[in-house]
Amino acid sequence: MSAGIELDNVCCDFGSFRAVDHVNVNIQPGEFFSFLGPSGCGKTTILRMISGFTDPTEGVIRIGGTDVRGQRPNQRPTALIFQNLALFPLMPIWENIAFGLEVRGVDKAKRRKRAEELLALVDLHDSADKMVSQLSGGQKQRVAIARALAVEPAVMLLDEPLSALDLKLRQHMRAELRAIQKRTGVTFIYITHDQGEALAMSDRVGVMSQGRLQQVANPRDIYNNPVNGFVASFVGENNILKGNVQAAADGMAGFETAIGTFKARLPETSAGKAVKLYVRPEHVALTNAAGAENSVPVTLTEVAFEGNFITVHAVTENGTDMIAELRNDGAGSVPASGSKMHMTFDARNASLLPDSTTTGA
Amino acid sequence: MHDLYRRYGKGLTYTFIGLTFFWLIVLVVLPDFKLLEASFRPYLPVADIGGPKDVYSLGNYAQIFGNEVPFSIFGIEVMIAARIKVFILTIFYSGVVTLITFLLAYPLSFYLAKVASGKTLPTLFLLLFVPLWVSEVLRSFAWYIILTLKGPLNALLMTLGLISKEIRWIDGYSPVVITLVYAYVLFMLFPLYNAMQSLDSNQIEAAEDLGSPWWRTHLRVILPHAKPGIASGAVMVFMLSAGSLLVPAIINSTTGNWFTQTIQGIMLEGQDWNAGAAFAFMLLLFCTLAVSVAMRVFRVKLSDIAK
Ligand SMILES: Nc1ncnc2c1ncn2[C@@H]1O[C@H](COP(=O)(O)OP(=O)(O)O)[C@@H](O)[C@H]1O
Ligand SMILES: [Mg+2]
Repeated sequence: MSAGIELDNVCCDFGSFRAVDHVNVNIQPGEFFSFLGPSGCGKTTILRMISGFTDPTEGVIRIGGTDVRGQRPNQRPTALIFQNLALFPLMPIWENIAFGLEVRGVDKAKRRKRAEELLALVDLHDSADKMVSQLSGGQKQRVAIARALAVEPAVMLLDEPLSALDLKLRQHMRAELRAIQKRTGVTFIYITHDQGEALAMSDRVGVMSQGRLQQVANPRDIYNNPVNGFVASFVGENNILKGNVQAAADGMAGFETAIGTFKARLPETSAGKAVKLYVRPEHVALTNAAGAENSVPVTLTEVAFEGNFITVHAVTENGTDMIAELRNDGAGSVPASGSKMHMTFDARNASLLPDSTTTGA
Repeated sequence: MHDLYRRYGKGLTYTFIGLTFFWLIVLVVLPDFKLLEASFRPYLPVADIGGPKDVYSLGNYAQIFGNEVPFSIFGIEVMIAARIKVFILTIFYSGVVTLITFLLAYPLSFYLAKVASGKTLPTLFLLLFVPLWVSEVLRSFAWYIILTLKGPLNALLMTLGLISKEIRWIDGYSPVVITLVYAYVLFMLFPLYNAMQSLDSNQIEAAEDLGSPWWRTHLRVILPHAKPGIASGAVMVFMLSAGSLLVPAIINSTTGNWFTQTIQGIMLEGQDWNAGAAFAFMLLLFCTLAVSVAMRVFRVKLSDIAK
């Protein structure tokens, strides 16, 4: 029923521009896999290659182990949910959903019945005879999902399906999509530029930049153990310090910067490369006295009290901007803007990372 | 209107509007009313005009009857007034012209709107427009030459071995239909092109992604979307064809009379403008009727066409 997808050294050129560059990934049957990356990094192109609308310039795509080169989109066991949904506005909802069955020669009574079942599955009862224009954004979203599910695809491809919805609905639909995926067991390949979405929904995430896959890992590792600066910065915020590695041992290293020497993790993937120090704002603490190690004297420039946490912007003696995100424990006082304090962080929470995987690779 | 006022000031704006109204009312509406009124009056010597014999009647309209000739429909031969026969055939072949222009324009407009790349598009449109630089009279004559018995078309078909004996093209209604199709195909093409261009390409891809073969995508997604464009193209081509005088006058065979030629005969050769007007209004009335019926059948609304 559900199938795995292999992308084997897949490239895609538009003229002299390489939109997708040697992408290798093996997506498991029944997996919820997300491609995460900024706009224009080649996500849609990957999806269009899997569904058959664009041919790879190089490389092989296998669906369920079968090389699909030469197969038209209407021959592939995939269903694509377009970024703009592409529902058929001149057909009532039920015909939209049953279109794939109509194509397969299913008779009208059965089509109607199946459409109503699918409408129930996506929580849209009593809408069978409405027209597309009568539905809200979230409802259209569900119709698009039902229409894709109707053809019982082995793989569902979703191109930023929630980007048009407002925040509340988006969060609700995340859970819904995940539930539908669990219920149907279909492989989902999901595209988004929203890191929260990718992390919250996926079994694994592939982070992309400029056509290249930077890292493939589960959401926890993407966030906690990014392999390079691009992944670290694209997924969450960071304080970034420039400098040079001094001494490295047991995955830890000393890192000399203009504002002192710090201790930080040096992942194997960073060995021998030009690196910067990355530490997330929520791992930075604010103290009155200097700490024993990894301590920077700063002047607070802006303190924003945001309820559950306090965001502190500060600047070091040499003018580097730093951010700390402090949890509001209810008791502590809020530091004042302009005060001189120290920012400290644990060496295990700081990583030395190259800019991107491909430099030197 | 507001824009006009702001841009050109009071004097020019009122001049524009005044001229438009003059054109519309004095040059278009009034003459039509005059003709409509005349169509109910008998054709009299000048001395009797305004006299006791000058009364309104349907006499001019009744002139369509009389002089019965055989007419076969579906193999059944019936006797019918000669002018009614021409009238029916004119409407029928105008329908044929409309259908053929549609069959030609549909794939072409689809190609232009959804397949051709942005780079080749200007060239393709230029190629479509170039024939329009030559007057309709010359183009009709060109077709006369192409279609003659020893003309280039027959020569080509013979050379290709597709026919063994020359075809008599200038016979019956074929030459008029062919030339009208050529003359008016762009009036079908452009509304269709516009309609297809406004279709989101993702819908075509979505249909294909759901397993639809190309013909079903056309039937269920593209054709329904293009329907208003087809309707406005069809109305234009049909009306222009039925009302065309130039093309049939130039290229017609003796066996393929167009109703406009009948009207012309009455008006110019018979000098009976009143009867001519009556016939012209009959043609207009029936064409409008035919269009309304077709719109009913294909479930097109007037507001769709206006778009
Ligand atoms: N058909 C095309 N022709 C030329 N360039 C294209 C085409 N499709 C996409 N591109 C380019 O490829 C890059 C990746 O596009 P896309 O896959 O749509 O990115 P994403 O979905 O990640 O925003 C973009 O720079 C885009 O301009
Ligand atoms: Mg995209």
